[in-house]
Amino acid sequence: MLNFESLRALKTEAKKRLDARLADVPAVYLDETGTYKLRGPYFEKQTRIVLKNCEIIDPENIEEYIALDGYKALADLLEKNVPRREIVDEMIRSGLRGRGGAGFPTGRKWAEALKHDADHKYVICNADEGDPGAYMDRSVLENDPHSVLEGMTIAGLGIGADQGYIYVRAEYPNAVKRLNIAIAAAHKAGLLGERILGTDFSFDIELRLGAGAFVCGEGTALMESIEGRRGMPRNKVYRTAERGLFEKPTIINNVETLANVHHIYLNGADWFAGIGTPKSTGTKVFSVVGKVKDAGLVEVPMGTPLTKIIYDISGGIKNDLAIKAVQTGGPSGGCIPADLIPTTNVDFESLAAIGSIMGSGGLVVMDETDCMVDISRFFMDFTVEESCGKCTPCRIGNKRVLEMLERFIAGNGEPRDLPRLQELCEMIRDTSLCGLGQAAPNPVLSTLKYFRDEYMSHVRDKRCPAGVCKSLMTYVVREKCVGCGLCKINCPVKCITGERKTMHHIDPNACIRCGVCAAKCPVHAIELA
Amino acid sequence: MIVPADQTKYDELAAFIQTVDASEKSLIAVLHRTQTIFGYIPQDAQLMIAKALHLPTAKVYGVVTFYSYFTEVPRGKYQISVCLGTACYVKGAQDVLKAFQDELGISAGETTKDLLFSISQSRCLGDCANAPVVMINDELYAQVHSDEVPAIIKKIRETEEYA
Repeated sequence: MLNFESLRALKTEAKKRLDARLADVPAVYLDETGTYKLRGPYFEKQTRIVLKNCEIIDPENIEEYIALDGYKALADLLEKNVPRREIVDEMIRSGLRGRGGAGFPTGRKWAEALKHDADHKYVICNADEGDPGAYMDRSVLENDPHSVLEGMTIAGLGIGADQGYIYVRAEYPNAVKRLNIAIAAAHKAGLLGERILGTDFSFDIELRLGAGAFVCGEGTALMESIEGRRGMPRNKVYRTAERGLFEKPTIINNVETLANVHHIYLNGADWFAGIGTPKSTGTKVFSVVGKVKDAGLVEVPMGTPLTKIIYDISGGIKNDLAIKAVQTGGPSGGCIPADLIPTTNVDFESLAAIGSIMGSGGLVVMDETDCMVDISRFFMDFTVEESCGKCTPCRIGNKRVLEMLERFIAGNGEPRDLPRLQELCEMIRDTSLCGLGQAAPNPVLSTLKYFRDEYMSHVRDKRCPAGVCKSLMTYVVREKCVGCGLCKINCPVKCITGERKTMHHIDPNACIRCGVCAAKCPVHAIELA
Repeated sequence: MIVPADQTKYDELAAFIQTVDASEKSLIAVLHRTQTIFGYIPQDAQLMIAKALHLPTAKVYGVVTFYSYFTEVPRGKYQISVCLGTACYVKGAQDVLKAFQDELGISAGETTKDLLFSISQSRCLGDCANAPVVMINDELYAQVHSDEVPAIIKKIRETEEYA
């Protein structure tokens, strides 16, 4: 069991051991300020705060976390006996906003929970990272689990909570394993549990496994799930900071938010507020994936131009195709069209202004071979599958939106469907119960706004400009055809005609688009067009 | 009816339930354990859990069917989970899923007759930089191309034969 004195001594010892180990690791170097960093331009162009320790320390060894000032912020607050109010005020001053999607100021959440007296209060870490295309939370949990535990413990100290829960996806077995190891190590060291560091403050953390329901990322649905019920959002009569888990004051913060906490107390709120923009402080981790050359996690100050992230850091578009859109915010977000990319900075306000959201930080880059109607259908399919079914607009409305999009893709849409689609989406946005339902039509609304031409091609001309929607395409024989007749023999509906050694022809009206001919053609003369 | 061969599994589950608080808030943890023990959540286990945690069986059933991670259908020894997240989707994950379905002759959500393979679709496995990804049990396959699918299945079948 550590106390303040022995924690400092352990830090000095552990630092020596870490220095010795890292001296032989070529991927890591010490910069001029004495901070360990990952080598290479990809990392050096970033501002890594949340990901500072990732891939540098051994996440299963608490000493390496302590060596790099881990648990120092918590120890300092405890040793100096800083009053709760001051802890919370410091968080408010930092301007940190929730990294899970909505961007609610973290300090205000804490202040609200501090205000309400209760026999128990809870701190929940939302690690139910469900947005497809975003995986920064998994990365933090697996590579730096103690930063989340310390953040939660400081939050508990600030609001006067005694119990924390981490609600983590069962789909992340590695994260679960590392968290279990970290919690056990923190317990053993006296940094978690009864009388932390020998003080009167006690705080414990338990893991709760999710079970594959996207809606559980919504705060109140998550609480229902911890309480052992179906994860359906509650009617928001009370704020969760007043009555949350088990009807007690509860704060719920996302993994990345909590991983920022100890840095704020180590370096001060003013340092943090100096990074990023005045309204969106600090950094944000983006998972830049899709059609970029170097896909991966990128941490940059809020307000960084999108072009810097996509071209400078991630190397631009794969195969040097033209960029078409960037999808942000997962199934709750929107698509930013190519012509807005050069003028867009990534912070909460700028993204909201163009009809998208920051979300949890997924940036999926799409090129000219991606069809925006199909992408909208993809997200609606997701939403329909994941809607909990509690409120009607989300349960039925989204299903109707999906059916409309499927009609467009099958070539059965009509131009007059577009305004109806728009109206339905707006209705779902305005009347759904929870944030997920309200945001569900965003992918459709934003593509309708910026890619209306593409929708028009589908419903009016029955054409898919990107060449994705198969029903709207036909197989054609190109000049390369050598007239071998293989396609004709294999066609299941016998719609191919042509004499041997002459160019063949496919009857587009009889063709069922099975693709057998294209697969069989020895000279690749058959293409979808 | 409880098959005698399963009796040890039920005993193991009963022993686990003894260690938790006999109330609603333990339900999801108990269901996770049940699925680990049996590979799925049999109806008899649901009856047993309901009784032990003092809950209506309908409530247990309601929770089991709400969460996609829980299944009432036995899964294969090799659980193939094809990621259909956005990053995987734009990089051709549907073709990979189709290749697995064609190769094994079952659809997503089904199990092969020999109980060796089952296929499921995942919303996001959280390894988007390596899209498209597939997870078979706890092993991750990165940047999978549909052409590679027959070889992946063949390799597993071979390991099984020598096992």
